[in-house]
Amino acid sequence: MGGPEVDRLVALLARLPGLGPRSARRAALHLLKNRGSLLEPLTAALERTAEAVKPCPVCGNLDTVEPCGICSEARRDRSTICVVEEVDDLWALERAGIFGGLYHVLGGALSALDGVGPEDLGIAGLVARASDGAVEEVILATNATVDGQTTAHYVTDRLEGCGVRVSRLAFGVPMGGELDYLDEGTLGAALKARRAV
Amino acid sequence: MEWSDRGIVLSARRHGESAAVVNMLTREHGRHAGLARGGAGRRLKGVLQAGNLVAARWRGRLSEHLGGYTMELERAVPAAFLHDANRLACLACACAVAERSLPERHPYPLLFDGFLALLDGLEGGSDHWDAVYVRWEVGLLDVLGFGLDLGACAVTGRNDDLIYVSPRTGRAVSASAGEPYRDRLLALPGFLIGKDIGGASDILAGLRLTGHFLERHLFAGERAGPPPARERFVARLGR
Repeated sequence: MGGPEVDRLVALLARLPGLGPRSARRAALHLLKNRGSLLEPLTAALERTAEAVKPCPVCGNLDTVEPCGICSEARRDRSTICVVEEVDDLWALERAGIFGGLYHVLGGALSALDGVGPEDLGIAGLVARASDGAVEEVILATNATVDGQTTAHYVTDRLEGCGVRVSRLAFGVPMGGELDYLDEGTLGAALKARRAV
Repeated sequence: MEWSDRGIVLSARRHGESAAVVNMLTREHGRHAGLARGGAGRRLKGVLQAGNLVAARWRGRLSEHLGGYTMELERAVPAAFLHDANRLACLACACAVAERSLPERHPYPLLFDGFLALLDGLEGGSDHWDAVYVRWEVGLLDVLGFGLDLGACAVTGRNDDLIYVSPRTGRAVSASAGEPYRDRLLALPGFLIGKDIGGASDILAGLRLTGHFLERHLFAGERAGPPPARERFVARLGR
């Protein structure tokens, strides 16, 4: 319609989460109509981001500095590492503002189906960090799925002998959750993980 | 085409943004794949955990189409033992073995019932869930045409003192007949021939036995070797 360049732009936009071919076409048209205020700044921002943002060699977070802002922040509690599957999990915890320690991004979870084995995850780096003597606790914040918990058990095994306390997030009733609407699995896990008040 | 059946979720692979291609072991329709719309979304993701028991409805225009699944959770099985590393490893192993070895759309009702028994055991119904799993693998070999013959000694025909299995034929061998070849024979754990479970070593011997024949008959070829989930499960029990 608008030449191969526009077709390529639409095809690339359509690969973004939340966009299909039609919405990608609309987004492309919107960008082209707002060249000065949107297309050119966006192009520049994408270029700068592609050049500057890299995975942190320590924790696996994405940032423009090495080590990342979290790893280099002096106020952080360096005795606790929270292990997450993906960067978006790290960002979710940071948004909540409830954790003041360091992170470690595994880069996924063990999955027989997708062929993800221990060597594909950042487990060796975690073991090295946990063994350096400064770390006292490793919190496993993997997803409450079969793959996530299988990964958590595997990481726990690998951390044996590192001299750190290993804990994991609790399972149970979410804030605002009504028991009537919860699935049996969540209810069962919540009942099992009950604690004295 | 449309049918309803009970199914055990073996795997769910994300497809596109919100859907998932689900592989299920059903009682009357065997291992059957289908597209679950919204399967990668918040509402269905929990339902599509491996090992969950669901009431599934499959619908497709033609029987050979991938078709679509709608489903309702019957039992969230893995939630009962997410904290137990061994049981979770066993479940992941069973799902991976079923997914790799079973042909699609061929019903094996007994194998499905065996899987249900395994899920019951894993949920806490049996202390010997690991033995249940080994028996399930023996059953898997059997229904796929590679059954072990553990009833009598391949050499003497007697059914007492059976402690070996021939790695070539899958037939039991008695202690006396197998003695000269003991290094080359596989150990036959007693619980597979009606005796009591002799502990963790018996379970590992059972897994070695079934593992040998699974690798030989079902995991050979292009993607050689057992699923990594099985290797991890065996390694975990062996520690």
